[in-house]
Amino acid sequence: MSQSFRLEHAGLINRDKKISFKFNGKNYQGYEGDTLASALIANGVHLIGRSFKYHRPRGFFGAGVDEPYAIVQLYRNNETEPNVKATEQELFEGLEANSVNCWPSVNFDVGAINNFLKIFLPAGFYYKTFMWPKSFWYKIYEPFIRKAAGLGVASIKHDKERYEHKYEYCDLLIAGSGPSGLASAYAAAKNGARIILAEDKPRFGGSLLTNEVNIGNQSGKDWADSIITELKQMPNVVVKNRSQVFGYYDHNMLVMSEKVSDHLPKTKKFHPKQRLWYIRAKEVLISSGSIERPLVFGNNDTPGVMLSSAAKEYLKVYGVLVGRKPLIFTNNDSGYETAIEFKKNGIDPVILDTRKNPISEIVTEAKNLGINIKFSYVVVAAQGYKKVKSADIASISDDKNYLGKIENIKCDCICVSGFWTPTIHLASQSGNKTKFKKEIDAFIPGVSKQNETTLGAANGVFDLEETLKSSFNAGYEISKKITNNDNRVSIPNSVEKQSTEHDKFWCVPLPKGKHYKRFLDFQNDVAVSDVEIALKEGYRSIEHVKRYTTLGMATDQGKTSNLNGLQLVSNIENKVVPEVGHTTFRPPYTPITIGAIVGREVGKHTKPTRKSPMHTWHEKNNAVFVDAGVWLRPRYYKKGNENLFEASKREAKNVRTNVGVCDVTTLGKIDIKGPDSAEFLNRVYTNAWLKLPVGKARYGVMLREDGIVMDDGTTTRISENHYHMTTTTAQAANVLSHLEYYLQLVWPELRVNVVSSTEQWAGAAIAGPKSRELLQNLFPKVDVSNEGLPFMGYIEGDLFGVNAKIFRISFSGELAYEINVESNNGNFMWEKIIELGKDLNIQPYGTEALSTLRIEMGHVAGSELDGRTIPYDNSLEGLVSKKKDFIGKRSLNRKAFTAENRQKIVGVVPIDKKTSIPEGSHLVKDAKAALPNPKLGYISASCWSVEHDNPFSLAILKDGKNMIGQKLFVMSPLKNKVIPVEIVSSHYVDPKGERVRS
Amino acid sequence: MLYIFCPHCGMRSQNEFSYGGDATVKRPELNKEVSDKDWDNFVYNRKSLRGKHWELWQHISGCRQWIKVERDTATHEIFNTLKADEEISK
Repeated sequence: MSQSFRLEHAGLINRDKKISFKFNGKNYQGYEGDTLASALIANGVHLIGRSFKYHRPRGFFGAGVDEPYAIVQLYRNNETEPNVKATEQELFEGLEANSVNCWPSVNFDVGAINNFLKIFLPAGFYYKTFMWPKSFWYKIYEPFIRKAAGLGVASIKHDKERYEHKYEYCDLLIAGSGPSGLASAYAAAKNGARIILAEDKPRFGGSLLTNEVNIGNQSGKDWADSIITELKQMPNVVVKNRSQVFGYYDHNMLVMSEKVSDHLPKTKKFHPKQRLWYIRAKEVLISSGSIERPLVFGNNDTPGVMLSSAAKEYLKVYGVLVGRKPLIFTNNDSGYETAIEFKKNGIDPVILDTRKNPISEIVTEAKNLGINIKFSYVVVAAQGYKKVKSADIASISDDKNYLGKIENIKCDCICVSGFWTPTIHLASQSGNKTKFKKEIDAFIPGVSKQNETTLGAANGVFDLEETLKSSFNAGYEISKKITNNDNRVSIPNSVEKQSTEHDKFWCVPLPKGKHYKRFLDFQNDVAVSDVEIALKEGYRSIEHVKRYTTLGMATDQGKTSNLNGLQLVSNIENKVVPEVGHTTFRPPYTPITIGAIVGREVGKHTKPTRKSPMHTWHEKNNAVFVDAGVWLRPRYYKKGNENLFEASKREAKNVRTNVGVCDVTTLGKIDIKGPDSAEFLNRVYTNAWLKLPVGKARYGVMLREDGIVMDDGTTTRISENHYHMTTTTAQAANVLSHLEYYLQLVWPELRVNVVSSTEQWAGAAIAGPKSRELLQNLFPKVDVSNEGLPFMGYIEGDLFGVNAKIFRISFSGELAYEINVESNNGNFMWEKIIELGKDLNIQPYGTEALSTLRIEMGHVAGSELDGRTIPYDNSLEGLVSKKKDFIGKRSLNRKAFTAENRQKIVGVVPIDKKTSIPEGSHLVKDAKAALPNPKLGYISASCWSVEHDNPFSLAILKDGKNMIGQKLFVMSPLKNKVIPVEIVSSHYVDPKGERVRS
Repeated sequence: MLYIFCPHCGMRSQNEFSYGGDATVKRPELNKEVSDKDWDNFVYNRKSLRGKHWELWQHISGCRQWIKVERDTATHEIFNTLKADEEISK
């Protein structure tokens, strides 16, 4: 019985193209243009899942974004996606989907036992039951609840799909392409405004696709088609379907999720799966329409009970019958429209109208068609477990409190209509204080907060003529404000059947002796009785009731349940709905995939990877790289089977005996120019800078205003008013902002300009006793003698036709130089160094050897300058000027900073001279003292000293000044290590600093 | 995401800027005696205001200029922006 519920002709689907798909392992067929929901209903499938709490059978309730039940696990192109709404998922060839929240299968679900235990699972059940004993939570309660609850399963595989972000600006963003969206978009576009028209469904037109109306002497759908066709051809218009505007944020920023490929079997090459649009709109027109409200009665969650508007949509858009014996239960005229559609397609519906004697064109038409209508009648309860089989119905008294005799009538679906709820989410997110409109029993937007205007049904206007008039006018007036154009298009005439007032009735009383569950929130299994319990237990605020009962939570966010929940609370509390107020509407309006939110910023793309110009050389020479901020730096160059420890030791040793070369391109560089540069540096650094001569470099330390060391580095005076500053790799960007802050805001009178030049220079450090010889080879014409280029000297030279800056500075503590050339010559420089250093046994060295060299010399780096230490702590107090003022100086007077036993950097050597000391370990006096063992200091950096051939560490130690020679213990509870150590000077090699000056 | 008027570049989105704190704090002059209290107020003490607040932003991915922005911390409404060298009028 393939597609036995599909009508012969009706619908907008493409009957020329059949599509095969699988649901719960079974093969089905549908047509192009179907949703998974419409195709399943066409095949007579109504059991799609199990409910969240009671595991009751679940069918379809809506036909789009309003669907609370039909959540499936989707499989597409070897990927899986949880929590997809079957009513929104378009059918594609090969689609596979499974039910969620049921085990072992949707037909036989073990969890359904909860349904029979439901008396034990009232509101707040989890809060009340799983409190005690406390120790049970992790081991027993939580795993049980996690297994029993939850919806789909997220994939743990890497998502290979691409997601994109797009930033867009427009004059008007129009959210929703129903009559008001189309009318306002058309009027604004014709008036020259740049507009974006967004529709969440694949088809444009909104209610015009299903309502029997005429606009401009054509059907509503044809009018919508013609408007869209014309808009698409206009250069000032962007028209997007499958695009949900889901969030309205500050300053008229809206975010829209476009499903680019979800409707295709496979994403096309170079296409994203989804695209997130950040749209900054000058004005926003909200034409998001309305969602039909359910009526509440016994077992109203049985599969086959659905919104009457959804039943109509399945008929008119997909040519699908939701049942052959429909019962229409309504409190207004909308239900009649659905009934009339059934009748036109040869099906005989029964209408139960809660009203006594409604008079309108629609009611008359239904009567004339011979439809069986029962006035003052209600559905008391649906009967049937996995599908509606019949309904208990009864007449109801005029005051709606008393039921007549209960009869049972056969039916296979119950289409409910409890009038309409405007979709006000976007307006509310914008900050609009909504107001209650009594005539429609619902909230509508009040005074606009941002530049937003709500139109049509979203604004509580359900009359087509009025909607078109106000929307054409709004499109024109608002665009006129922006474009100053005055092209007004005429408003087409429209025809729709006149309807009459709805009945405020929404909840059927329970018959005597019956305890039917009457559901308010279909996604979260919240029934009338749950809310009653919450109120009985003292919850008053609607926000609290929501959280206690879970009413209006999860992916559904109360789209169908919100107002009925409020009605109930106000009835019990004897208040009116506006006094109770509604819960906050938060973005996103519908669930958005994590992929779309993250966009392209995955893996290495979270930040751009920066590579030095010599990167390719490093790669070719077996470099093992390490992340240094966003830079990739060689950590060591692997020879044969060497490991990190062996390689770095070899490299460091070669620096101490021969010469090594290290890529220092990543160092931050800032170019400083202007007549007041010396004065500026003098204020930025702790030491004196006014008398630094041209051609000389100086090491400097800069503080934050709170006295903590911010960064260190050397700055060189290139010429009278030109300095070249270096910063650490990590702090480069912060230092630049810091300098700009003082120049622009604090001392604008200083004539100084700063600009980053990190990317402009490639740098190589050559270090070791043979580095002078190497430098001479590189610059044969330059006097590189100790007199010609003394320690901290600077000259410029010609490196085989390339201009080079030569600094005699040293981080390794050896005789060393740094050569800078323009970036594009970096590789040339590097290869020349390697080539001319060959006879001197040159070896490249990585960051690991670099660390070893600086640690055993006692030079501080990032692990000591960690945002917690002052100059004294790093033995840099000699660089703190007593004579001049500078940034942060005043803070150094603080009591803690001047304490006698202030922490200070020291060296640490294990007594056995063998055991390596883990970084981050604590220093304690007594390894066996009771916990917490008083901490005297911490290990900031560790290495294997190549000079002494034993482990050596730096530590920041309390009263470090007086601790040299003491024996302490290093403790690392993480590594379960206790190591007896001796405290030594932090300058473990060449304490007088003779080598750098040699 | 806020939409901030940069006096040098025009309207730009917040992700081009970095926040810099209270714009009304004045750094004490160099080489002048400053009491502990005044220095603490400059370095540490900030009012966490609800309502109108002059604050610093740096147009870090744009012109790199620091600017002063008057913003309502509760509603995010921006009333005024100034260049670094323009005085805040009270």
